[in-house]
Amino acid sequence: MGIEPGRLQFSWISSAESTKFVDVVNVVTDKIKALGPHENFVKREAKVG
Amino acid sequence: MLTYIDKIKEISRRLLKESKVDLVVGFRKGTVPMMNEPCFVKTVEDVDHLVWDGNCGINLANYLTNRKEKIGIIAKGCDSRNIVTHIIENKIKRDQLVIIGVPCNGMIDRHKIEAMAESEIKEVSETEDTIQVEGDGFEKTLDRKAMLQQNCVICVHRNPVIYDELAADAVKEQTEVDRYADVRQIEALSPQAKWDFFENLLSTCIRCYACRNACPLCYCPTCFVDESRPQWVGKSQDPIDIRTFHFLRAYHCAGRCTDCGACERACPMGIKVRLFTKKLEKDCLELFDWEAGLTLEKRPPLDTYRPDDPDGFIK
Repeated sequence: MGIEPGRLQFSWISSAESTKFVDVVNVVTDKIKALGPHENFVKREAKVG
Repeated sequence: MLTYIDKIKEISRRLLKESKVDLVVGFRKGTVPMMNEPCFVKTVEDVDHLVWDGNCGINLANYLTNRKEKIGIIAKGCDSRNIVTHIIENKIKRDQLVIIGVPCNGMIDRHKIEAMAESEIKEVSETEDTIQVEGDGFEKTLDRKAMLQQNCVICVHRNPVIYDELAADAVKEQTEVDRYADVRQIEALSPQAKWDFFENLLSTCIRCYACRNACPLCYCPTCFVDESRPQWVGKSQDPIDIRTFHFLRAYHCAGRCTDCGACERACPMGIKVRLFTKKLEKDCLELFDWEAGLTLEKRPPLDTYRPDDPDGFIK
C-alpha cells in the first residue's frame, strides 16, 4: 500500500526470550532510523482559505 | 439468461405454495433503470414481481445474515459462493435454505453505461447479445459483452457451486482469463508510486459506506468505522482516514471475498474498490491454494494452521 518494505517487521518471540526481544527492537529501530521519518501516514491540518 | 425468469417464478411459486419456504429472496424491478432491487416474496401472488436480467448484480447472500425463517434464495455463481461462506461462518444454516441456482452470463456494469450516455438514461433493455439504452434525445445499441462488470469479465465460477434446483442448464465456464493482471501491475510499482496510486484511486471517496453495506461479508453488528469506544479510525474526509477505512475493510474480507463485485457496483463514485480485495484474493490463492466459497467441507485459511504455511516474513 505504499510503505517501504524495511519499515514493517514480523517476529516470533517467546515471553522467555527477553534477549531476543531486545535484539530485535534494537535492530528494527536502527533500521527505521536509517530510513528516516515516514511522512505518508501523517494527517495534515486542514487548510483554511 | 432472460428466459430464466419463468422457471425462477415456477420454482418460487411451488416452494411458497407447498410451504417449503417462508419467503423467497430475489429481485424486482427498481425505480430507476439498471437498479433492480432485492425483494422478499412472501406470498404466491407476489411471485409475479420477480425479475431476472443483467441488472441483478447485487449479492443476495447479504440478506441471509442471522435470519431464522426458511428461505428460498436465488443465487448466481457468486451469490452461491457467498452463501457457502455464510454457512461456514454460522450466519445461516444449510437446512434453512432452498437455493435456486441461476447460471450467469455476467451482469451489466451501470457505471460503464452511464459513462456512455449523453443525457439521463430513461430506459435500458437487453437481449442475449445487446443492450438498448434510451434517454432524452438519444438511443444506443451496445454490445452486451463489452458492458459487463469487470468482475464478471474475469469470472471463472459462473455456475452456482451449491444449489437445490437449477433455473437453467449450466453455462460454459471461462477458462482462458487472466484474473490478476491489474493487481500485478500495482504490485510492480515502487512504494511511493503505490502510495500515489491509492491516493488517486480513493480521491473521490465520500465515505458513504455503500461498498460495506452492499458486501455480504460485512455483517458485523458494529462495524469498526462506526465504533466510537474505542474509535479505531477517524471519521473525517481526511485522505488518511479514507485510506485506513478501505484497507481495513479489505483485510476483513481476506480469504472470504468471492469477487462478486457488489462493492464496486454500489459505489456512487465509481471507485474500483475491488482492487483491494483482489490483491488479498490473489494472495490466498497463491499462498494457501484457496478460493473462497467453493466447498462446505474445507475450513478457510485464516482459521486453519498447516505446518507448511508460508512464514518467510517472520524474522
